[in-house]
Amino acid sequence: MVAGGGIAGIQAALDLANSGYKVYLVEQDAAIGGVMAMLDKTFPTNDCAMCIMSPKLVEVGRHPNIDILTMTDIQAIDGVKGDFSVTLRRRPRYVDPDKCIACGLCAEKCPKKVSDSFNQGLIMRKAAYVLYPQAVPLKYLIDADNCIYLQKGKCGVCANVCPAGAVRLNDREATQTLTVGAVILAPGFQPFNPTGQDHLSYGAHPDVMTSLEFERILSASGPFGGHLMRPSDRREPRRIAWLQCIGSRDQNRCDHFYCSAVCCMYAIKQAIIAKEHADHPLDCSIFFMDMRTHGKGFEDCYNEARHKHGVRFVRSRVHTVVPDQQSRQLALRYADESGHIQEEHFDLVILSVGLQTAVEQRRWACSLGIALGEGGFCRIDDFAPTAASRDGIYVCGAFAGPKDIPQSVIEAGSAALCAGADLSEARNSLTVHGALPPERDMRGEPPRVGVFVCHCGINIGGVVDVPAVRHYAATLQEVAYVADNLYSCSQDTQNIITAKIRAENLNRIVVAACSPKTHEPLFQETLAAAGLNKYLLEFVNIRNQNSWVHMQDPARATAKAKDLVRMAVAKALRLAPLKEEKLEIAPKAMIIGGGVSGMAAALAFSRQGFPAVIVERDGALGGQARHLFRTAKGDNVQDRLAQIIRQVADDPRITVHLNSELYRVEGFVGNFKSILTAGGRQTVVEHGVTVIASGARELQPQEYLFGQDPRVMTGLELDRRLREDDAAVAQARTAVFIQCVGSREPERPYCSRICCTHAVVSALHLKECNPDMQVFILYRDIRTYGERESLYQQARQKGVIFLRYDRERKPVVNATAEALEITVEDHVLRRPVTLRADLLTLAAAIVPYRDETLAQFFKVPMNADGFFVEAHVKLNPCAFATDGVFLCGLAHYPKPIDEAIAQAQAAASAATVLLSRKTILTSGTTAQVDPRLCAGCGVCVALCPYNAPALKGDGPFAGKAEVNPALCKGCGLCVASCRSGALRLLGFDDAQIMAMIEAA
Amino acid sequence: MCWQPKIIAFFCNWCTYGAADLAGVSRLQYPPNIRVIRVPCSGRISPKLILSALRSGADGIWVSGCHPGDCHYIEGNFYARRKFALLKNLMTYMGLEAGRLHFSWISSAEATKFAATARQVTEAVQALGPARYMVKAPIRAQAVEA
Repeated sequence: MVAGGGIAGIQAALDLANSGYKVYLVEQDAAIGGVMAMLDKTFPTNDCAMCIMSPKLVEVGRHPNIDILTMTDIQAIDGVKGDFSVTLRRRPRYVDPDKCIACGLCAEKCPKKVSDSFNQGLIMRKAAYVLYPQAVPLKYLIDADNCIYLQKGKCGVCANVCPAGAVRLNDREATQTLTVGAVILAPGFQPFNPTGQDHLSYGAHPDVMTSLEFERILSASGPFGGHLMRPSDRREPRRIAWLQCIGSRDQNRCDHFYCSAVCCMYAIKQAIIAKEHADHPLDCSIFFMDMRTHGKGFEDCYNEARHKHGVRFVRSRVHTVVPDQQSRQLALRYADESGHIQEEHFDLVILSVGLQTAVEQRRWACSLGIALGEGGFCRIDDFAPTAASRDGIYVCGAFAGPKDIPQSVIEAGSAALCAGADLSEARNSLTVHGALPPERDMRGEPPRVGVFVCHCGINIGGVVDVPAVRHYAATLQEVAYVADNLYSCSQDTQNIITAKIRAENLNRIVVAACSPKTHEPLFQETLAAAGLNKYLLEFVNIRNQNSWVHMQDPARATAKAKDLVRMAVAKALRLAPLKEEKLEIAPKAMIIGGGVSGMAAALAFSRQGFPAVIVERDGALGGQARHLFRTAKGDNVQDRLAQIIRQVADDPRITVHLNSELYRVEGFVGNFKSILTAGGRQTVVEHGVTVIASGARELQPQEYLFGQDPRVMTGLELDRRLREDDAAVAQARTAVFIQCVGSREPERPYCSRICCTHAVVSALHLKECNPDMQVFILYRDIRTYGERESLYQQARQKGVIFLRYDRERKPVVNATAEALEITVEDHVLRRPVTLRADLLTLAAAIVPYRDETLAQFFKVPMNADGFFVEAHVKLNPCAFATDGVFLCGLAHYPKPIDEAIAQAQAAASAATVLLSRKTILTSGTTAQVDPRLCAGCGVCVALCPYNAPALKGDGPFAGKAEVNPALCKGCGLCVASCRSGALRLLGFDDAQIMAMIEAA
Repeated sequence: MCWQPKIIAFFCNWCTYGAADLAGVSRLQYPPNIRVIRVPCSGRISPKLILSALRSGADGIWVSGCHPGDCHYIEGNFYARRKFALLKNLMTYMGLEAGRLHFSWISSAEATKFAATARQVTEAVQALGPARYMVKAPIRAQAVEA
């Protein structure tokens, strides 16, 4: 059972359901999607949130092994790991989801207007409503608090107009108990509510809004249709200010000590998008304390915002926002860096609100026996980053600490892996796989087209003359059967279609209904159920792209529907059954790299029952963790590392190859064949999936006298001395840390993410060993993100002194016999200060190995910094675009141990989805070469981003191109670029498209 | 009623086709002149298909895909963009009105932009009048009859 239908819950549910487990996805709201569904764009790539999310929503909605329980919450969890009994309460929806066809008539006719909470109350909706247009499940509901009938007993218009009879105004609350083996909690977060923060005028003035409200304003499907306006007078703003750390890093006003980890980036994103939306120059200013752009691609985005987009960054915490009656603007008062009070006027003020766990949610967690930490987030261990305090219950997403989408998705994978591992013996025992009749051989049959035209209630039938379209279809060439249905997607109609295919011996089907994007898979299944190849279907969109958009012109809408049906029949005549290749999968994983990530991945595979092979170039396991002293939570790394190495050594399913390197790699997903070399000896490994966990290393600095003076060392060297209880360290009177050594520089623009926390942890340890030691940390921005912020606070309380410097005015280090003299300009005094230190620690950057050979072997990309590039920065952070190859650890980006382990488990979880299937089917829509026409020019080979085409090396047609259907994604780029016309895209062939063109 | 052009539209499955669906969900109204052909990616569209459409009697062509950089297939729309830029030059060279051919990049969330572009494209083609240059009279006659 997965509790919470946000992006973390969705990902966990999909991972589990796709690897052979039955999943209940419990969601409090009326639809899944969570906060991500409310977002306009996602940082740092500014991808549209809904576009990247909706395929996942649809997959969950259609998954035969996921039951979505909406409007439901968990009341109690009894039992123990492997055998939980969960009590659920379902609140009334007042609409029968099995009957609702989402036509929207109830909402259209509902007389009651209420504030739309999905749009943050910026506009009104009806009391009968759907949460958002792309909601899954796309089912309406009635808001009981506002419904006139439910409040006063009169009205009931919705029940009268509903064409499907789905409204049930007598719906009641219901309780049920389900037995499950493991539970994943992903209830998400609540945005901080700044109501009551009167110094910010929130609630008192409509142009002071939260970042989530602004996100809805930016959204194309939001209250203003993506038009940038301020709510007070609907005028376009000229100046916008973002105030950071509202409800974060603030113990005075809200008792949230922690950093919310995402607000700096989303403010930058919003500023860039707002500038793009505005037709005129827009002045965007972000008021911040420390700019925390610590993730992959974040620092680039920050630099671009400053230099390319001209976003202004002001280091200050604004103390007052007051409306200015005269200018009808908002006046901001703040102290600038030199301490002078400034006043500026803005049209719109956005409060970058933090993430918090709601009070009810904290109580709920306690009632389930889940321990929470100080900040109200779930307490977890660095080495088991998704295990809750109660055995058999796992957590992921913002409930386990404030975090961004990729980190939530990673944790979801990790939680799914752990939950799956607990139940691995029961894999595939409860899942359903529809048994299909054998496919009919239709070779030699003349085409017999069946056309099914849908009324969709009155959605199509109300505008388009459906019977006329049906009559028209009957006149078309080779059309053997026509019918019109009230609801083609309903189960009974599906059965009728199946029966008709059989009875009328139809071999091409045209369905004229809604959108193939939502419904094509359903009808494809119907074809398969009738023994017809599923690719013999052609879908005509006469609802979304016809009746709904030409409501005022029924005659031309009907004519258009006829044209579209004619085009579809023309294509259908040229459809052929397509074959999906079945590939066997070698049930074994190979992991490149034997650091913490690699070992965690190997153990994860083993827990799921799959053998794993670790290839390590070094002579020992452990990677960079061998040099570390303590984690941010204070765990002794060496003790825990020794445990992990022992587990790996004792695991019969794990084989370790030390001092080994990859010599050659052949094959593709499911069937890789790798040759390893170790001391001249070769070993062949056949594996189905590959995990790249090749790690990274610490930079050897070129500055600050490193390598010239023994008192100057890197962070890892200090860790080594701390482990060895070095007397010189313990006796030092003054220790200095310099941050960002080699990071955030023009030649290495990324932030190394972990050094701020590492330095603060080390500083605290030094203070613990010797409270009289003077400790200074020279930094550019302190990036102790999330709950790590508490360490920064502790350090200041213990007397560690933090001095900020600019990259343009770096500290200068001089060595004398007695001490190191470090001169830095104090950011408060604005004067140079000289520190005399016995110990100087440099927070050296984490640099990737830039392993070009490895990248070539698996055809995976690397970014300009030398880190590997994942398939999707937000939603697929631990897989490559190349199927069957996965990524985790420092090879992806610098990260602490807990995040590395989570990513390793997530990579293993994604790979388990493949391994547990035993075979995979490729899509039938792939490119195919006619070797007689191919000139062997190699354009397709050069173009294809997936390396699907290759020139044949030997045999007949040597030198001609050949497309590997296992790698082809069916985009058709090669087909459109082939100069010999030798390539065809099955299902979207030139002849088929030409036929549609000619019939148009 | 004034003369109504017939416009063949090639939309990529992942972005613009999604925007067209969302325009429907949002009940945004636009003129019913376009006949949509769904393709996996704008990279699938070769100049040959566009020229064939003109030859078959289409008065206008509209090709739309994902925003550059957002391609579902990584980089298909970059290639499409390059091909279309060249094709547009070729069409001008051949004496075809460039205004018959329209390209746009519309993400699956941009329903408003979709409806606005549909209107713009229709109006632009309408202003040019029926296509004559490449259309052979008999094919034209057939198309009108059908």
